[in-house]
Amino acid sequence: MSYNPYSLEGKTILITGASSGIGQTTAIECSKLGAKVIITARNEKRLNETFLQLHGEGHQQIIADLTVREDLDYLIENITQLDGLVNNAGINKILPVQFINENDFENILKINTIAPVFLMQRLFKKKKFNRNASIVITSSIGGVFSITPANAMYGMSKSAISSFMKFTALEMSIKGIRCNCVNPGMIETPLIDKAVLTTEDRERDIAKYPLKRYGKPTDVAFGIIYLLSDASSWVTGTSLVIDGGITI
Amino acid sequence: MEIEKFIDLLAEQFEETDRSLLTPETKFKDLEEWSSLLALSVIALADEEYDVALKGDDIRNATTIEDLFNTIKNKI
Repeated sequence: MSYNPYSLEGKTILITGASSGIGQTTAIECSKLGAKVIITARNEKRLNETFLQLHGEGHQQIIADLTVREDLDYLIENITQLDGLVNNAGINKILPVQFINENDFENILKINTIAPVFLMQRLFKKKKFNRNASIVITSSIGGVFSITPANAMYGMSKSAISSFMKFTALEMSIKGIRCNCVNPGMIETPLIDKAVLTTEDRERDIAKYPLKRYGKPTDVAFGIIYLLSDASSWVTGTSLVIDGGITI
Repeated sequence: MEIEKFIDLLAEQFEETDRSLLTPETKFKDLEEWSSLLALSVIALADEEYDVALKGDDIRNATTIEDLFNTIKNKI
């Protein structure tokens, strides 16, 4: 038997936003490390593409829009006890401050902040977490460790969820439940709006990263896995920055 | 959509550059005040005022204000 303190063997982990990007990669990597995963997202076709790439048996996929109360109820009713949760669903829209608007801001807040807050609230209330469960929230360096132009709405949503992470870590510690964030820099995912950035913008931006590249979804997934695993048993309330050194 | 109205809106994005310096022939990226934030503002302006999704490449490929105007006009 091989020694692996990061193993997820025997753990059941719910992953939101699992149909693409960081969520998809995290689901696949968790399954490779022995976890049973429950994946959820809005898009049935893409979620199923993730599902087909999972390793091992006993996984579950549930289509849900977590901003819709009925969908949230349905999800909660149809899952087993959890050892882990990865709050990963997120959206972005780049707008300078003087162009921000209620409609876009509400949308971003609903998906990036309010949905994960109430998913967690409901899971706590229904006592869906086993003792020693671990919750990971995909936050960002944006708004938390890094302020860049035109990123106010996204940054505010991420800074709010990072704050919620700390309150949760404190209150749930009595149940042995841990809560942490990962805070990625720019990751190569569908969320990067390739349309706004030109190739030159992109190259200029990459040059600012000490490690001279954008991140890959696995760079973040492995950080999430550390926080889900028993290797991080004494870690709660932290923000793990995964950013190629950009915030140094 | 007329170009003078567009230039009025564009001028509002600038702080230091006087409206009189902005004409259809102006090479906007040569203006001292031009910046990546202003480029993002132009994209947001096109979205808000004309419901046009401008791309970074559209701005890169435009030289004069008129080029920019025509790009937006063709996408309406």
